Amino acid sequence: MKKFSATATVRFKKSVLEPQGKAIQLSLAEKGSHEFTLVRVGKYIEVELEAENAEAAEQKMKKIADDMLFNDVMETCEIHVAEAKT
Amino acid sequence: MKAAVLTFPGSNCDQDLVTALRDDFGASVDLLWHTETFTPSHDFYFVPGGFSYGDYLRTGALAAQSRSVESLRAAAAQGRPIIGICNGFQILCETKLLPGALIRNTDLQHICEWTPLAGGGDWQGAFPEGYALPISHGEGNFICSDDELKAIKDNGQAFLRYTQNPNGATYDIAGLASKNKRVIGLMPHPERALRVQKDASISQHRYGRIFFENIFRLAA
Repeated sequence: MKKFSATATVRFKKSVLEPQGKAIQLSLAEKGSHEFTLVRVGKYIEVELEAENAEAAEQKMKKIADDMLFNDVMETCEIHVAEAKT
Repeated sequence: MKAAVLTFPGSNCDQDLVTALRDDFGASVDLLWHTETFTPSHDFYFVPGGFSYGDYLRTGALAAQSRSVESLRAAAAQGRPIIGICNGFQILCETKLLPGALIRNTDLQHICEWTPLAGGGDWQGAFPEGYALPISHGEGNFICSDDELKAIKDNGQAFLRYTQNPNGATYDIAGLASKNKRVIGLMPHPERALRVQKDASISQHRYGRIFFENIFRLAA
């Protein structure tokens, strides 16, 4: 078994209200920084896992992403898997 | 009548439901902790409100992965009635037993108030004029895909609708049934509308009872 590091980046779909980003944007605008016309906050999930090879690691990550890490009604998810640096 | 109330770390309306089912409706009630699997044998399964798993990841997301919910899926497959209230509704959406999802209220506030409601779909006319129930949630804004919304409308699945939408919910959905109408979820709390309260009129404490009586009609 090899060790892998993986990440999942979960973003709200553009159509979905994302209040934290909106609050940050409004706070910036309050201070006069009107050039920031959009701020969106998502989630960045770091995972360490063991798998036979990179392909298996990717499949395992994809499965937990679909089952749990994001909800496709409101979010999208991008996963990235790399062999862990020892 | 035999009812079960599923509980999770962070559930906080489970005892209200137990009291309502036991004291007001004479049911025998089992509390099922999230680590327990069970063989479906109850007439009704309730998923209570609260903040299961601290709302970590997404509301209801981690509860939907728990062992007791695996058994709940088996109960759903047998067509046993399942009722999710507030966080329970969020959990049922996360299990995909109900379509869609519940996101942050459009005004970003946690809203705690009596909200006027009307029956829809099969529950059209189930409630008296001026009907209302208490809500208490920050994430009750129902969303779904256009295809899902079309199916919800075509099948009459929106059984409970806001008459003054408090949270931005699509199609004013306060309560939603599955396609086969055996799984239902709602944001309002009927279990909180069974006693005379300081802020409620005498008629309002009947409103919870009316709701439960409609639920009990789902019995096989």
